[in-house]
Amino acid sequence: MVHFTTEEKAAVASLWAKVNVEVVGGESLARLLIVYPWTQRFFDSFGNLCSESAIMGNPKVKAHGRKVLNSFGNAIKHMDDLKGTFADLSELHCDKLHVDPENFRLLGNMILIVLATHFSKEFTPQMQAAWQKLTNAVANALAHKYH
Amino acid sequence: SLSASESFPMSQLFVKVDEVGAEALGRLLVVYPWTQRFFEHFGDLSSADAVLGNAKVKAHGKKVLDSFSNGVQHLDDLKGTFAELSELHCDKLHVDPENFRLLGNVLVIVLARHFGKEFTPELQAEFQKVVAGVASALAHRYH
Repeated sequence: MVHFTTEEKAAVASLWAKVNVEVVGGESLARLLIVYPWTQRFFDSFGNLCSESAIMGNPKVKAHGRKVLNSFGNAIKHMDDLKGTFADLSELHCDKLHVDPENFRLLGNMILIVLATHFSKEFTPQMQAAWQKLTNAVANALAHKYH
Repeated sequence: SLSASESFPMSQLFVKVDEVGAEALGRLLVVYPWTQRFFEHFGDLSSADAVLGNAKVKAHGKKVLDSFSNGVQHLDDLKGTFAELSELHCDKLHVDPENFRLLGNVLVIVLARHFGKEFTPELQAEFQKVVAGVASALAHRYH
């Protein structure tokens, strides 16, 4: 089980308080779809994904990005039990959505990059370390029920 | 393979920012602490501030980024460009190649932090291809 120190939890919470979930979520998902184009296969129903500007402007991408990042917000409230928190989502991504768990790590990296672009002062090395640990732990929790 | 037009905006990135290499190496050592084992002779690495302020870390970071910039000038032959460094990292330094990918990711984050909105998804995509290419080239001579 991953253990987060008091400092790590405080750092994550302090940055999270400043995050616009729709903006950061939408942009993180968009960057995933642009930088790793094979991930678009999971979103065929989203309409126009044919260019960077189409993806960045696509309302379904923004809405789904917000949904994904809201789920991260839930993770931050339950950092001591991520596996329990993400158990249902893990089963869903394995049994229904058939998503390779490597993609969870890629999306986590996109979230870090988007946070870095928006929060250059706050994104200190310690902040980066805390968030990297969180995204890795969430990725592992989402992969946990795979079989 | 990567085209010359893809390298143009990236070389602009390096020109603008002085301490990208130092910051990238420093952040690698903080975010992935096991990497400090390769730099025990660098002195004080006992805290994030110590690492980021460490003169040897800064100097070595600059050296690493200069080598990376050289790679950006030779995108059509990364394996050839990094052949000797690959042998060095395998035979003498014994560095797990996964660490090259981690440093590449940290470098992307440092650029994102410095350039904000200018670090567009398109630029990010080009740059991630380059860091992946350099990491592969550095691993290529491993045996």
